[in-house]
Amino acid sequence: MTATDRKPEVVENGAASSRATRLLGDRRLPVLVTAALFLAMYGGGLRRYANYGFGEPQVFLNLFIDNGYLLVAAIGATFVIMSGGIDLSVGSMIGFTTMFTAWLVERQGLPLVLVVPLALGVGAFGGFLMGYVIHNFEIQPFIVTLAGLFLFRGLCLVISKESISIGDASVGTLAQTRVPLGVGELSIGALVALAVLGAAYYVLHYTRFGRRVYAVGGNEQSALLMGLPMGGTKIAVYTVSGFCSALAGLLFMLYIQSGDPLHAIGMELDAIAAVVIGGTLLTGGSGYVLGTLFGVLVLGLIKSLITFEGTLSSWWTKIATGVLLCAFILIQRTMTARRKT
Amino acid sequence: MAEPRPVLEMTGVVKEFPGVRALAGVDFRLFPGEIHALIGENGAGKSTLIKVLTGVYPLDGGTVALDGEPAEFTSPLQAQQAGISTVYQEVNLCPNLSVAENIFIGREPTRAGRIQWKRMRKEAAELVDRLGLDIDVAAPLSSYPLAVQQLVAIVRSVGTGDRDAPGSGTKVLVLDEPTSSLDRDEVLELFRLMRQLSRDGVAILFVSHFLDQIYEICDRMTVLRNGALVGEHLVRDLDQVGLIELMIGKALDQLEELHEHQLHSGVGELLVKAEGLGRTGKIAPFDLDIKKGEVLGLAGLLGSGRTELARLLFGADQPDSGTVTIGGKQVSMSAPNDAIGAGVAFCSENRKTEGLVPDLTVRENIILALQAARGWTRPLPVAQRDELVAKYIKALDIRPANPEARVGQLSGGNQQKVLLARWLITQPQLLILDEPTRGIDIGAKTEIQKLVVSLSEDGMSVLYIAAELEEVLRLSHTIGVLRDRKLVARLANGPEITAGTILETIASGAHQ
Amino acid sequence: MTTTPRWRALTRHHLFWPVAVLIALLIVNVPFTPDFFSVKMTDGHLYGSLVSIVLFGSPLILVAVGMTLVIATGGIDLSVGAVVAITGALTCSYISDQTDQNALSVVFLAMGVGLVAAVVCGLWNGFLVARMGIQPIIATLIIMVAGRGVAQLITDGQIITIHSEPYKLIGGGYWLTLPFSIFVVAAVVAVTVLLTRRTALGLLVESVGGNAEASRLVGIRSTRIKIMVYVFCALCAGIAGLMISSNTSAADGNNAGLWIELDAILAVVIGGTALTGGRFSIGGTVVGALVIQTLTTTIYTIGVPTQTNLVFKAAVVIVVCLLQSPKFREKVFGARRSRNLTDPAPAEPVLPAAAAPKPPKTSTEVSR
Repeated sequence: MTATDRKPEVVENGAASSRATRLLGDRRLPVLVTAALFLAMYGGGLRRYANYGFGEPQVFLNLFIDNGYLLVAAIGATFVIMSGGIDLSVGSMIGFTTMFTAWLVERQGLPLVLVVPLALGVGAFGGFLMGYVIHNFEIQPFIVTLAGLFLFRGLCLVISKESISIGDASVGTLAQTRVPLGVGELSIGALVALAVLGAAYYVLHYTRFGRRVYAVGGNEQSALLMGLPMGGTKIAVYTVSGFCSALAGLLFMLYIQSGDPLHAIGMELDAIAAVVIGGTLLTGGSGYVLGTLFGVLVLGLIKSLITFEGTLSSWWTKIATGVLLCAFILIQRTMTARRKT
Repeated sequence: MAEPRPVLEMTGVVKEFPGVRALAGVDFRLFPGEIHALIGENGAGKSTLIKVLTGVYPLDGGTVALDGEPAEFTSPLQAQQAGISTVYQEVNLCPNLSVAENIFIGREPTRAGRIQWKRMRKEAAELVDRLGLDIDVAAPLSSYPLAVQQLVAIVRSVGTGDRDAPGSGTKVLVLDEPTSSLDRDEVLELFRLMRQLSRDGVAILFVSHFLDQIYEICDRMTVLRNGALVGEHLVRDLDQVGLIELMIGKALDQLEELHEHQLHSGVGELLVKAEGLGRTGKIAPFDLDIKKGEVLGLAGLLGSGRTELARLLFGADQPDSGTVTIGGKQVSMSAPNDAIGAGVAFCSENRKTEGLVPDLTVRENIILALQAARGWTRPLPVAQRDELVAKYIKALDIRPANPEARVGQLSGGNQQKVLLARWLITQPQLLILDEPTRGIDIGAKTEIQKLVVSLSEDGMSVLYIAAELEEVLRLSHTIGVLRDRKLVARLANGPEITAGTILETIASGAHQ
Repeated sequence: MTTTPRWRALTRHHLFWPVAVLIALLIVNVPFTPDFFSVKMTDGHLYGSLVSIVLFGSPLILVAVGMTLVIATGGIDLSVGAVVAITGALTCSYISDQTDQNALSVVFLAMGVGLVAAVVCGLWNGFLVARMGIQPIIATLIIMVAGRGVAQLITDGQIITIHSEPYKLIGGGYWLTLPFSIFVVAAVVAVTVLLTRRTALGLLVESVGGNAEASRLVGIRSTRIKIMVYVFCALCAGIAGLMISSNTSAADGNNAGLWIELDAILAVVIGGTALTGGRFSIGGTVVGALVIQTLTTTIYTIGVPTQTNLVFKAAVVIVVCLLQSPKFREKVFGARRSRNLTDPAPAEPVLPAAAAPKPPKTSTEVSR
């Protein structure tokens, strides 16, 4: 056995190219690319709309205010995708939570302190149920969460076909509260989202559960044979996603101050897109929750840029999102492809 | 050595799969501190027995007792907690995580629920160090070759005992073909470790197809055949011939004849000529020619570039320099299609990931290469297809001889035969066999080697890669020696060439 | 439940559970609509619930059949809904620009334009998936997101209505006493079955989906095959788009084919094709699509408030998938053939065991 046999293969390619190779082999690279592209887009926006106040720090902070709920939902989706699964029920769960809370607060007159934990509990339980079915009956997550999508959207309609606007004072106060931050201010929703981001980072990197998520996503069969409690991990991941979706629903409700059966339709796609743009592989096992933050920021920035452009019809948002999604995917693809060869 | 009470005792174990009785009332016992070989042909039930023992499969009948207490595990975790650790044949780790994590995952050192990364890396480095391995524990596992990943798996299973309280650590260590992808030095390293563990009182269950290894390291052996126990013997009481008789129920000494035969058979004119063929980081540019009917064996340690050379000749990886001429015509080798079109066939060493389509039937897997060559618009006529498939199932003795059986359910040896059939049906000019005998039983090994000889007799050229030098020596007309991703020598096989000669060539790195 | 060998062989057949669910769903209708199975002849046209199930289910069957092949290669196509919208939008906007909307040449040209657009979408998806190696769910997400925008761009955000008799035939006309779209569907299904089972395409598709790397090493030109199935899938979606816009004589960029990708994927899975790729069953997919359409029809016939439609759908999806899960069957039905040693009792039914053999039972319970 020679010592060279033991070195990682990438190092063997000769000293000159080894640094570049190692950089390309680094799993953090996709996140860096996304961050760089975000900065480039932001820089482009600064140049183009400098005279329209794009450079205001508050415009940047508004990205968090306007997309806090998406960030929370995408973080939940990150857990699921990292474990090699997928959760299509995110948008419906958000819609359902807005309906459910609006209904409880407005029609049943329950206080917010009671409604919030209740809504979060229902979300987590919904996620748990889906995870339970996925694990115990070995049905593909795509299908189970698709059923979840139908179920929660259906439950919205069962509660009411009409939108319920929220006049509750405490909700209004919460929604209006701004926390000054020197250069600008953030809403409660944005702060909650950032707290969730921090918590998710800690959980994924510093707890056994977090590492199990990576392990299950990397190779489920191996994880099982290594004696890891795989079932528990999978169920927990969907529970986390359900919880995050419900929390995102609460933030969305704060943001928009109403419950509507049509709220957040298709938001699961935004969440998945954000996760993927953030560099997480849909096959699982590789990615960072920080990447998801950049993914969400990029999506938010697209919307801001189109708003600043001003003259464009609403469908251009869709087209631009699609085109940019495509650009990100292709760029990441070329970067990762070079790493492999 | 043999204490009165076995640490593990399995009695009348039964395991059934749809249509198959994999274990029919097998008894098995294991004493503390012994190294016990589990031997049998493919499909004899070795893997099933291990999977029942380690809680992957539930038991259909019989009992298991650990330390005299009845035990039944419903998950690998339970088995592990009870003190039974396993290293499987295929590396079962997470390639996306670091080496240190792979060693410790599930029992990472934590303080207040927070993983202590520094401590984990330090402990992993110590563990790796103590076992005399030079591995960067912070690097992702996927950056290491298969052999090292296998060693990491062993480190992990050994580490399990270390971290637990004394006395409740690993009682039984199951090694399911751990050596099939290790080179000689790595094997010796493993054996040193196994001896050390057995001195500490760990009972080791060792599964291997290498009989020499069994005689080198084991104290006792249990032989299975067709899901039934045929005998339990002390190794010193049973010689290899007797053992093989037990395993396959008939004596066999035809292999030496093969060697004699090959030494005296001639080869035809030039078929394949590679000039300056190479790929950066995989294998240095090399020249190679293969004649009609020639068996060219490749010898070299694992990671020496054997597989890489073969993959270039098949266009599985794109070469970045050099040319290949087959039958006088230059072939571009930018994709497998080019090589296949020129009459090259390639059986990968990774049967499952690069060879078979497990969901498809035996028939579909066999005709796949031929059908791919014909294109989707020209399906094989049903009658011709069935006839071809039946012919090859019979010729290669594929079992079960049912063309409708799912390939995923076949044993390793039979899967290998299906792969061979797939390529033979295309009547290639050059057949590349990368470790065709790895992880399969002696009977199938012999059959495959005989087949190689008879194919070369019929004028087919074969590029033969095997970890076992004896196999290469036995079958080859010419032997290519590789070292450090370079083809360093070409030796014409003859009576004066022995395993020693080749090892010397590898060691000295002699040039032509 | 009897466990004679023949019965067991029957239940193991890959079409057993989908067909069983379909029949059960159909029977549920009978107490509410006694003449559910009768087919009447009026004005030379056949009418009846069965006919309308097939008629209304036609677009879904088309899309699902195309989707089956994509899923069999281990892919997925989320863009079909957008392709439906684009095709309808292009075709209708072309027809509406002509002075004689009833001219056959105009209609054929318009359909050609629409279908070419669909094929282009399919080529793009296939290019991204097969040539660029992008995960299918992401690659097709691009057109799913951007495509609706494009459709709205074509229609300028309006709903374009047209008055073309020949065009009306495809989605709303009758031929030989039956809705014309049934013939279109039958033709597409027949072509697909011939294309996959009479040639080697089916085998190669299953091989690519079953083990992509092995398929490459065996010399299968998987790039070509993948592009082909994505184009075929988009083409099917395009025909469905024609059908939908023809049926309403209008193109709605925003709502045409909304969620049809999810229904189609559902139909494929109900039909027994695994999302992981490999083995596929066109027959199963057709049955799966019919199950979904029958469900919608059933909800109307039994008089459940329409807003619970989605809840029902979720319930049926779960029931069908649970029934198809070997794990679930083992845990619920297998418990009766109890082996003393390994009784998997603790993880027992989520669903009452009695309800499982007759899925609609659950539905009626919910309806009360």
